[in-house]
Amino acid sequence: MIQPADLRARAETLAGPLPPLLAAAEHLAATVLLGQHGRRRPGTGDEFWQYRPAQTGDEMRMVDWRRSARSDQHFVREKEWQAAQSVVFWTDRSQSMQFASSGRVQAKSLTARTLALASAVLLVRGGERVGLSDRSLPPRAGELQLLRMAELLSAPDAEAEYGAPETRGMVANSRAVFLSDFLGDIDGVKAALTKAADRGVKGALVQILDPAEEAFPFDGRTIFESMGGTIRFESQKARDLKDRYLDRLAARKAELRALSQLTGWQYDVHHTDRSASAALLWLFQALERDH
Amino acid sequence: MLALGPIGFTAPWLLLALVALPILWFLLRAVPPAPIRRRFPGVALLLGLEDEENETDKTPWWLLLLRTLAVAAVIVGFSGPVLNPESEEAGDGPLLVLIDGTWSDARDWQRRIDRIDALLSEASRAGRPVALAQLTDLPQGALQFQAADAWAARLPSLAPRPWVPDRETVLTWWNGIGADGFETFWLSDGLEHVWRAELSERVEDAGRLTVFESLRPILALRPAAFVDGVLQLEGTRASASGAIEAAVLAHGLDPAGTPRVLARGPLRFAEGEGEAQIDLSLPPELRNRITRFEIEGIRSAGAVTLADDALRRREVALIAGRDDRAGLELLAPTHYLEQALEPTADLIEGALEDIVLANPDAIILADVATLSPVEATELLTWVEAGGLLVRFAGPRLAASDVSRGEEDPLMPVRLRAGGRSVGGAMSWGEPKGLRPFSEESPFFGLAAPEEVNITAQVMAQPDPTLAERTIASLADGTPLVTRKRVEQGQIVLFHTTANAEWSSLPLSGLFVQMLERLAVSTRPATPTEAEMAGTTWVPDQVLTAFGEVTDAGTLPGVPGELLAGAVPGPGLQPGLYAGEDRRLAVNVIGPETELVVSAWPESVSVEGLDVARETPLKGHFLSAALLALMLDILASLWLAGRLTGPRAPAAAAVIAIFLATAGPETAAAQDDSFALAATSEVVLAHVVTGDAGVDAMAVAGLRGLGEILFRRTSIEPADPIAVNLETDELSFFPILYWPVTPNQPIPSAEAYARLNTYLRSGGMIVFDTRDADIARFGSASPAGRRLQDLARPLDIPPLEPIPEDHVLTRTFYLLQDFPGRHASTDVWVEAAPAGAERAEGMPFRNLNDNVTPVVIGGNDWAAAWAVDDQGRYQFPVGRGFTGERQREIAYRFGVNLIMHVLTGNYKSDQVHVPALLDRLGQ
Repeated sequence: MIQPADLRARAETLAGPLPPLLAAAEHLAATVLLGQHGRRRPGTGDEFWQYRPAQTGDEMRMVDWRRSARSDQHFVREKEWQAAQSVVFWTDRSQSMQFASSGRVQAKSLTARTLALASAVLLVRGGERVGLSDRSLPPRAGELQLLRMAELLSAPDAEAEYGAPETRGMVANSRAVFLSDFLGDIDGVKAALTKAADRGVKGALVQILDPAEEAFPFDGRTIFESMGGTIRFESQKARDLKDRYLDRLAARKAELRALSQLTGWQYDVHHTDRSASAALLWLFQALERDH
Repeated sequence: MLALGPIGFTAPWLLLALVALPILWFLLRAVPPAPIRRRFPGVALLLGLEDEENETDKTPWWLLLLRTLAVAAVIVGFSGPVLNPESEEAGDGPLLVLIDGTWSDARDWQRRIDRIDALLSEASRAGRPVALAQLTDLPQGALQFQAADAWAARLPSLAPRPWVPDRETVLTWWNGIGADGFETFWLSDGLEHVWRAELSERVEDAGRLTVFESLRPILALRPAAFVDGVLQLEGTRASASGAIEAAVLAHGLDPAGTPRVLARGPLRFAEGEGEAQIDLSLPPELRNRITRFEIEGIRSAGAVTLADDALRRREVALIAGRDDRAGLELLAPTHYLEQALEPTADLIEGALEDIVLANPDAIILADVATLSPVEATELLTWVEAGGLLVRFAGPRLAASDVSRGEEDPLMPVRLRAGGRSVGGAMSWGEPKGLRPFSEESPFFGLAAPEEVNITAQVMAQPDPTLAERTIASLADGTPLVTRKRVEQGQIVLFHTTANAEWSSLPLSGLFVQMLERLAVSTRPATPTEAEMAGTTWVPDQVLTAFGEVTDAGTLPGVPGELLAGAVPGPGLQPGLYAGEDRRLAVNVIGPETELVVSAWPESVSVEGLDVARETPLKGHFLSAALLALMLDILASLWLAGRLTGPRAPAAAAVIAIFLATAGPETAAAQDDSFALAATSEVVLAHVVTGDAGVDAMAVAGLRGLGEILFRRTSIEPADPIAVNLETDELSFFPILYWPVTPNQPIPSAEAYARLNTYLRSGGMIVFDTRDADIARFGSASPAGRRLQDLARPLDIPPLEPIPEDHVLTRTFYLLQDFPGRHASTDVWVEAAPAGAERAEGMPFRNLNDNVTPVVIGGNDWAAAWAVDDQGRYQFPVGRGFTGERQREIAYRFGVNLIMHVLTGNYKSDQVHVPALLDRLGQ
């Protein structure tokens, strides 16, 4: 039995990181003008679509009596079909996302979470259902879902050096967004995308990179360590490695792009020193596309 | 001690550590620089990559070299390196240090003292007793052998003397010592003297002799001679090898009585020539003021020669016969004489008796026939005492009976009665020209111009002595100028007039030259012993061995006989001696003195004076090591790629400091940029006071004023510049605003020299004591006192409180008050000239002078002008509207000030406008 005081303390602890993350996400979401999210055809929904003459087979309760009273015909009031879509997010929680090359840029994980939550805010406002792809938060609509999601996104990070997308919570024919640096083993990504394609899930890959990871501004004798410290690489003259590193990074990007094209996904790279709203806009349009 | 060439080591075994350097090299090579640890997620992409250059894990060779050198410097530094280690010379027994101590030593006396010091410290180490003797200041009695330290303490009191000892004194002294069995170190002056050979022989008899001589050339200056109207100076030197150029300076008093260099000329010794000559052609005015000549840069009495009365301007008395044609100046008998003599001699006029008493150098009688017996006797006595009597013929002399029957003692020849007239209307023949002067004649060498002709003359009676007494004659051989010597003096007769009545001689330049020649021949020769007998001469100024002229003080008088010999010695110091009527110079170097390099026998070893000083090099090596290690830090950081972030500017600063201390070019470049910034546009400038607040206020004030100027006038100044008086060139700035703070440092003498140049060339300084709220101008506020200190060395004209018609009141705005932040009326500018008058029809005086070089006040103008970067006023002025009005007037004063500086007296010139318009109208 949890004492109320204890509960409250825990709630406040949990709520602590929520408002900033949610506030940042809402702030970011506010930059995107929410467009028409309807299906452009009659269906179940809240918005009025059109009146049509009642036909045989229409139930009587479907007749709009107020409209019909003004004429001799019976009219049926049709509403726009607003099918709620499920979008699941996966943000990489691994150690490598903790990286921030300098005090001027924020950590990649924070960018990833903000982007994910901001997209979620937009989607929820559009009536979609959002959730996390790791089964911890099944897709649901409503503001409360945003709070839950923010809480889960603010959870402590995983111990792993690099992460692989979770696909367990992915509902068939839904949409998914994977946010990660994708610097780890690409097999995990490949597997996840294959699985998603199998289930008819489409979505977007957002690769979030730090400017230092693009520029490789290192020189001299250097020991590179992964963020968790488990992987280590020593170079005597780091500057010489730059070209080959950049080649490998370009190869990785090309691989991701090819993979996403193959599976019908969208792929984009976002750098942490750039404005997140650009990435958000791209992400939103990527989800909008191909409905 | 181990010695390697000029370097010795006090702890040479430490050098063994140098063997370890190669080991160190390998060790350093093997150990790469410490790696940097970086967290980097991209490491996953790096895995599997390999370094291309396998060598990079080893330190680059130049860094290794740097480190090795640093370590080597440390090792060498601690092994105690010494430059020029003193090697000990073997020697024992008593030691005599003999010094010549003549004027020739003075030039490098300190080196000699250093050498003696070194010798003494050597002797002290060897425990040898030492005696020391100076030949120009010989010690009494036997040699005193004492501990070397005792002598070393006495070294500073040794001084060279401005003479050379004579043979007798030196040899007598040596014989008086009668000592034997000691070694001698002889510091020779490098010149051969009469006693040199003999003395060195005897010294060698006493023991081993080592001679120390300077290799510097010895130069000396002989007394100036006056030849053919120019000053002839002769320099002589001991060794004739090599070409040397020295400068001869003529020192004297300028008209204000300040000692100055009056003339300067080069003295060029050609290769192989022991003597060099220079002729100084100076106007008599200058020549008469010369007190001494010296060779520039040589501190020695030999390089100085004093000028005495021989170079002075002579006194000449002019006496004419009765002047019955008053007012006809060109016909006056003495007119041409006065014209000819005026520039070169002091003319005396007066009665003959008085003149003779005044003892002039020459007396000229122009057509004076008869003299009273008293006058004649006095004149004769004067001539016999060395006077020069020049007589000119004329109608009176021709008409008189002087020197007819028998020769008059005051006439060189007998004269025939009457005279001769040639080429006139009533005579035969043509006017006669001059015959070239014979070799015996004092006029020899002067060209006789053709246009000189004689129409009348008095004729000399043929006499046996006539031929030898004639020094100039006409073309037909009749004597024109005759001369007779009377004891010391001489009598010269021109057989024609001193005016142009009888001849055109006085109209020609030859006349002047003849007079000059005659007068030159009267200059006092070196007085003979007989002449000087019985006289006493008081030393006026004496010459030290270093060539400095000092006051003689209470030195006793010198008998004339001694002076006649003019060989300086202990009893006759070189200098200037005053007698009854003239002053004689006794110089170290006589006209005949020859300098000869001393010759030493083969058996004597001669060494130079140079003392190679021991210089410990430990400090140098250690600082070099430290420097190398510092460089190593920078280089290591750079190599490791850590020279980034905040370290980069720091490293750049360190390197910049190195470069700045090393490169004067950067300073020059800065100068250029400063000059460009100051001259591309009109720039207002203020003087850096050292008080940051005041300086900032001055800049802000000038910026504010500049904006107002930009807005209201055609002056568009650039940003103001702060000027450092010590380093910056001032001439670029039209105006310097100088806020005075009580604790401002006084600028250096060079800065004042620049400031004065700036003021003289039209610059203006505005002094602002900024204390008009608490002090009246000139009263003793701290800033006011500082202003007095600051301005004292400045060349500032007389000042006055700014008058109401000063041009500053109307250069742009019409103003009568000059407030700043304070509104005192005390503003001072250059005083108007005394005679300035009010221009007609104008409310102000006609003051067409320069821009006032200074404006002095205490109204804190800059504070009233000051604006910040946004253009807002920085300091409040007054209260409310009146305050704003005061600020406006302050700005107007600033505008007027700058206008005044830039346009000068343009507005003052406006007083002429009515006159100009008037003139144009007609």
